[in-house]
Amino acid sequence: MLLDKKTAAIFTGLLFLLIFTFLLSAGTGQLYISPLDVAKAILGFGSKLHTTVITSFRLPRIMVAMMVGMALAVAGGILQGIIRNPLASPDIIGLTSGASFAVVSFLALFSTENNALTVSISWLPIAAFAGAAITAFLVYFLAWKNGVSPVRLVLIGIGISALMQAGTTTMMILGPIYRASQANIWITGSVNGSKWTDASIVTPLVLVLMGIAFMLVRHLNVQELGEDIARGVGSKVQKQRLLLLLIATALTGSAVAFAGGIGFVGLMAPHIARRLVGSAFGALLPVAALIGAVLVIIADLAGRTLFDPLEIPAGVFTASIGAPYFIYLLYKTRNS
Amino acid sequence: MSDNNRLLVSAHKLDQDMVRGNAFMLLKTQFQKTVGLYLCLVLLLFLICASIVYGYTDTSWKVALEAFTDFNGSKEHLILQSVRLPRSLIAACIGASLAISGVLMQTLTKNPLASPEIFGINAGAGLAVVISVTIFSAGSTQAYTWVSFLGAAIAAIGVYIVGSFGREGLTPLKLTLAGSVVAVLFSSITQGFLVISETTLDQVLFWLAGSVQGRKLDTLTAVLPYLAVGWVISLLLASKLNLLSMGDDVAKGLGLKVGFIKLTAASCVILLAGGAVAIAGPVGFIGIVIPHITRAIIGIDHRWIIPYSAMLGGILLLAADILARYVIMPQEVPVGVMTAIIGTPFFIHIARKGFNAN
Repeated sequence: MLLDKKTAAIFTGLLFLLIFTFLLSAGTGQLYISPLDVAKAILGFGSKLHTTVITSFRLPRIMVAMMVGMALAVAGGILQGIIRNPLASPDIIGLTSGASFAVVSFLALFSTENNALTVSISWLPIAAFAGAAITAFLVYFLAWKNGVSPVRLVLIGIGISALMQAGTTTMMILGPIYRASQANIWITGSVNGSKWTDASIVTPLVLVLMGIAFMLVRHLNVQELGEDIARGVGSKVQKQRLLLLLIATALTGSAVAFAGGIGFVGLMAPHIARRLVGSAFGALLPVAALIGAVLVIIADLAGRTLFDPLEIPAGVFTASIGAPYFIYLLYKTRNS
Repeated sequence: MSDNNRLLVSAHKLDQDMVRGNAFMLLKTQFQKTVGLYLCLVLLLFLICASIVYGYTDTSWKVALEAFTDFNGSKEHLILQSVRLPRSLIAACIGASLAISGVLMQTLTKNPLASPEIFGINAGAGLAVVISVTIFSAGSTQAYTWVSFLGAAIAAIGVYIVGSFGREGLTPLKLTLAGSVVAVLFSSITQGFLVISETTLDQVLFWLAGSVQGRKLDTLTAVLPYLAVGWVISLLLASKLNLLSMGDDVAKGLGLKVGFIKLTAASCVILLAGGAVAIAGPVGFIGIVIPHITRAIIGIDHRWIIPYSAMLGGILLLAADILARYVIMPQEVPVGVMTAIIGTPFFIHIARKGFNAN
């Protein structure tokens, strides 16, 4: 499917768009650097000042933003395929709030009085994944009643989300990280303060998971036709669904672990991708990944430049674009 | 036959239908229901007293009584008078208001999941308060109240419109989706404002947490008139709501001014839910849980549902608030968290049950 001419053109176009946003974001800030100089600095030919500013301050957070965007977009694409509902996304199903709860608990329970962690930070993604996985299981289990209907899945996801948010509030009060404004920013979703250590964990993780997702793509195509047809063509429906759900969960978990709850990317990106390249997942997932990356990088860029010197969490911007988009989707699917 | 008589006859018939039709009703006869209501009142009063007596600074019932009859200015008496008393009265009023507004919403929308938080009222009021504090430096409780009403109304109308897209109108799924998306949008913008202005954060954080703790009696007296109006009108509307729940066409046929009644009930919702949010911030799930429990106890007659759910709402919030003081002593869990923990299983139960029937 990737070899389709139109798809290839769109993919290349988006790739260039991503590279451009990447360079633009890396160049914009209190010190403006032109995209060309940014490219030079990244490749090692730039001036010393440029290289320092870009590689040690801006690149890590942009890398994290990119990976988080990709992860959320692919997770959303997979969920929409499994659930066969265009409104499914990691935030609506409650995965994001489950992962948030796990992360806040992790930080609260393993912190000393001075906010230092007692265990390695690299356990954080595992905690987030566990949180997302438990939530996914809980929602799936509770929505099960002679099979899982999308409507029940969404409603129960929203219910579980509320519970997880209550848990998060409790943990914020219990733990020493009750520096409310910091926790607030994190819950809204921000890549502010990401370092190379973060980027070096999240990048391979997301790339590997996405690789697995792309390999499983043909199962997803079959899943979208509905359970009966899928079974008819010899698909092991429940087993594959579980595997795909696990991948989506892991992707959401790794995104939330590093950037908090950046909302609506998992909803918007696959949708826009579907508009562009149709609904065959072989093309859809990679395109969605690129769109997700662009969305989060732009949201982060807007967050740190528009109200300079104040930092607005990227999640505020994704929600401000995403919520109207969601309402538009509700309006469009009003009679179905 | 005059309009009034017709209403009476149909209401009476409805009563009989309900007695026959609803097998799950716990209390069936008029006498049982009256006794039950008095029992609820006693329990409510008991919990109001218990809420004054129990907590981190433990006192005895005797000391508590003395604090009001024979005030001697000691620290203990001061705490009881200025901290515990407002807190317990506020919890009772808020619980009752949220429960009634839940009943009204569910009847108006004929939707079992309708409740203040699903309609985005909490998030709307939250955003409105934060904007007013950030931009207009509002500080007084009066200002909070009016702004909360406005935010609540805007959010509820917005969710109603978005949720009613399409031929089927306001289905539970669409309502829930529209409500949650509007809530996420508003709370994200709220977060944005809070990040921009740290002074606002200081000022409203205690309010945003959703709690009845640390509110002064002035806060309650400022909002109480609105709540009281809401309670009285809801009680007066009760028999009309019975007709309304039989469907718009039937109600119209029986001579009910459907549009007017709906508008009045919706205004009550805004008064009650908006007022509750103005005092306590977002306290969730009371408005969804209590109406369902009430219907299980006394059936579907609103003349009973409204007083009962007011009592039960107060009881639930008082109990949750007392419990919240003991869970992680010496700290306290915000009561909003407690109600969420109690309410979620209920929500899930309704979501599972509701969609089996469809």
